[in-house]
Amino acid sequence: MATCFPTLQFHASRCDGCGDCMTACAQAKSGTDNPTQSRIRIMPGMDGVELALCRQCADPICAANCPSGALTKNAETGVIDWANIKCVNCLLCTAGCGYAGILYEAKIGHVTKCDTCDGDPSCVKVCSKGALEYRTEARIFNEYADKEDLFCRGLAACHGCNSELLIRHTMRKVGPDSVVAAPPGCIPGMGTVGYNGQTGAKVPIFHSLLTNTATMLAGVKMQYNRVGRNVTAIALAGDGGTSDAGFQSVSGAAERNDPILFICVDNEGYMNTGMQSSGVTPFGSWTSTTPVGGAMQGKRTEAKNLPVIMTMHNCSYVATASTAFLEDYYAKLEKAIEVSTTGMAYLHVYAPCPTGWRFPSAMTTEVCRMQVRTNFIALWEYDPVNGLRFTHPVDRPEPIEKYLKLIGKYRHLSKQQIAHIQSTADEKIAYLQQLTQIAAAHRPTTEVR
Amino acid sequence: MQSKYLIVGSSHAALEAANAIRMFDSVGTLTLLTRDAHLPYSPTILPYVVSGRSQPDNVTLRDAAYFRANAIDFVSGAEIVSVDPAQSSLRLATGESWHYERLLIATGAAPSLPKVRGLADVPYHVLRSLDDAVGLRRAMQQAKSALVLGAGLIGMHAAENMAKAGIKVTVVELQRFALSVYFEPKASAMIERTFAEHGVQMLMGRTLVSVERAGDGIATTLSNGTTLEADLLLVCTGVKPNISFLKGAGIETNVGILVDDRMRTNVANIWAAGDVAQGRGFWGDKVVNGILPNAVEQGRIAGADMAEDAGVQPFRGAVPLNTYSFFGQQAISVGHCGSPGSEVVEGGGGGSYRHIVLKDGRLVGISTINDFIDAGIMWQLILRRTDLSAVKEAFIANPQLTGRQLMSQMWR
Repeated sequence: MATCFPTLQFHASRCDGCGDCMTACAQAKSGTDNPTQSRIRIMPGMDGVELALCRQCADPICAANCPSGALTKNAETGVIDWANIKCVNCLLCTAGCGYAGILYEAKIGHVTKCDTCDGDPSCVKVCSKGALEYRTEARIFNEYADKEDLFCRGLAACHGCNSELLIRHTMRKVGPDSVVAAPPGCIPGMGTVGYNGQTGAKVPIFHSLLTNTATMLAGVKMQYNRVGRNVTAIALAGDGGTSDAGFQSVSGAAERNDPILFICVDNEGYMNTGMQSSGVTPFGSWTSTTPVGGAMQGKRTEAKNLPVIMTMHNCSYVATASTAFLEDYYAKLEKAIEVSTTGMAYLHVYAPCPTGWRFPSAMTTEVCRMQVRTNFIALWEYDPVNGLRFTHPVDRPEPIEKYLKLIGKYRHLSKQQIAHIQSTADEKIAYLQQLTQIAAAHRPTTEVR
Repeated sequence: MQSKYLIVGSSHAALEAANAIRMFDSVGTLTLLTRDAHLPYSPTILPYVVSGRSQPDNVTLRDAAYFRANAIDFVSGAEIVSVDPAQSSLRLATGESWHYERLLIATGAAPSLPKVRGLADVPYHVLRSLDDAVGLRRAMQQAKSALVLGAGLIGMHAAENMAKAGIKVTVVELQRFALSVYFEPKASAMIERTFAEHGVQMLMGRTLVSVERAGDGIATTLSNGTTLEADLLLVCTGVKPNISFLKGAGIETNVGILVDDRMRTNVANIWAAGDVAQGRGFWGDKVVNGILPNAVEQGRIAGADMAEDAGVQPFRGAVPLNTYSFFGQQAISVGHCGSPGSEVVEGGGGGSYRHIVLKDGRLVGISTINDFIDAGIMWQLILRRTDLSAVKEAFIANPQLTGRQLMSQMWR
């Protein structure tokens, strides 16, 4: 019953109303260039471009209104299928649809609706503005919903925290043949390592020190190897436990290419101990140790670019990820799990913190999304053979100010500070672009992956 | 026999209620009782069975696999004869009794027969069940002429089918215009003209005084004194809710079973929905709104309320609504044809027709012929009492485009 389906997404702000989608649809579905025979209808609105398209409703009233059984929700694809042979053209379906998703067109002679071109929509392929997207993340839900959650119920993460979502999903994928290291930080703080003599996870989990997580985990992995058991040794660490006190052991493990999967959940500071600044706290951020007052206007120094530093260790795999782009994350996680049987995989996942950054808890995913859309962070992956490549390049980034305005810890920023953050972000992207160009020039002609 | 949820009926209201119950309660026993011998089908499909466009064995709305998958017990050939709320039970014609915790009456409606002298003594057809449709189709094979009494949707549909089959058809209607429930006179005139062009004789404002056998067919005298003979008589003079079995049950009825906005009757644990129910009218008094989309909506509400789904949305009121295809043309009607204090704007031309009724800057009705509008959006604009003052000119000029723009802005 509970199944998720892919869906067409329309970004009205990117659409210029060119109508290419309608032509492509009419060609694909009716063999004509006449846009009146399109199943997707874009139209000038009172304020921008508007859309009329079948929503493939979960509980479709068009189908409920159909007296002939011609309209049915396909349990496999989620599409509301229309059977020409059964349809009697009574148009009652059009009365059930409040979205103009099923229409009668005299030239066609029967009702028409979007069938998503069997999961490969023609309209999306021709949209050069990026206004139409076919979203397939539903696959992730379907794939993961059946797997066992390896953390207990009732973890006490803050309202709106994406780290809990991240670790639950991650461990579902990693599976029960695993051992977890969790140094001090939010993740043990929410109860994963246990409390009151109870455990918080259904797999072996240990509360390492800030300073020894990677080396201790590598040792545990080595022992498992010695007794002949293949387990995934995984660290779920914060940015403090990775970039600051934890750095020497992470750096050592990476340099030795120890066979572990190290995930840094980056909330840009020590968010569970009173919001102190860390080495990856961005310039201008308010924290309790970089306050806003007469002398200081938030953090004065730049964040170090930890994931880039990790690439300099030549370990087997390094990637950045965002929980707003789950398909991208899962592809990287899959590679990282595979790599970690022989060498070190490092994933740097961004975790905007409603409590410590001061934004409404319902906004976390939007903040994650805006980090990427403004190029405040970039999504990329690296391995020593192929070098660095972007996995979700943003061609027309939105101004970083739009991202900063979402977050309370940047509320005090002056125009100069915002301009500074914009220019350093631009420089960071330019630097990464150079790395991708170098990688492309040196990449082996036969693809290794 | 007993069932936590007991539904009497098997068409749209019943099926939607069953679905709504299963969305919220996947385990409570759920039984559908129907007097029909067939798997569920829609009365709306019957004219298409008559025409041959739909095959009788290919019109079922749910199959045995669906009932199995949803743990629904489907019992056919089960005609209800009485309800005893004090015992939470009902009795079937077979003598069997069923106990319920929650009962939904969705027994629909049956043909309402006019008082015509001699009608009981002549062979005639009605069209409300699948067996009626199969029987009418068979009779059409032999007939060369037919008399259709009643120019409502069913009568007009059947008349078209018979005309297309080469039968000489006469339609007799008491009202002055065909389809007068849904369309106002100009639209009706367009529809009547199309029928006349296809050889159907339309006799409006008349009725039958008497009817008698004439050979294998019938002979009849009309109210204006003329006489007519036909091989086949089809009576389509409206329907009336199936409520005779409620005698003595203490359930309040008027034309149909009176229900509140959650489809509850005055008796605890008994709901009613669809063509048998008389609920809130959007503009006033409680009405029986015997149309398919209304049955769907009421069935959903009843099912959700029976299952104690906290998300149940109360009924917003019945709005007349219909879509009607005839000889390849399309007529659509949503809401009122007109009411005191309303403003009427007519449009169309060149074979199309448009009639918009506005009141206090809001849409109260729209009907078109050969001018496609999104009935679902128009219905929402009426239900939401959307203020169209700011876009009135645009709406009148192009209701389809303006309706879609409003949809996309307001509830996309």
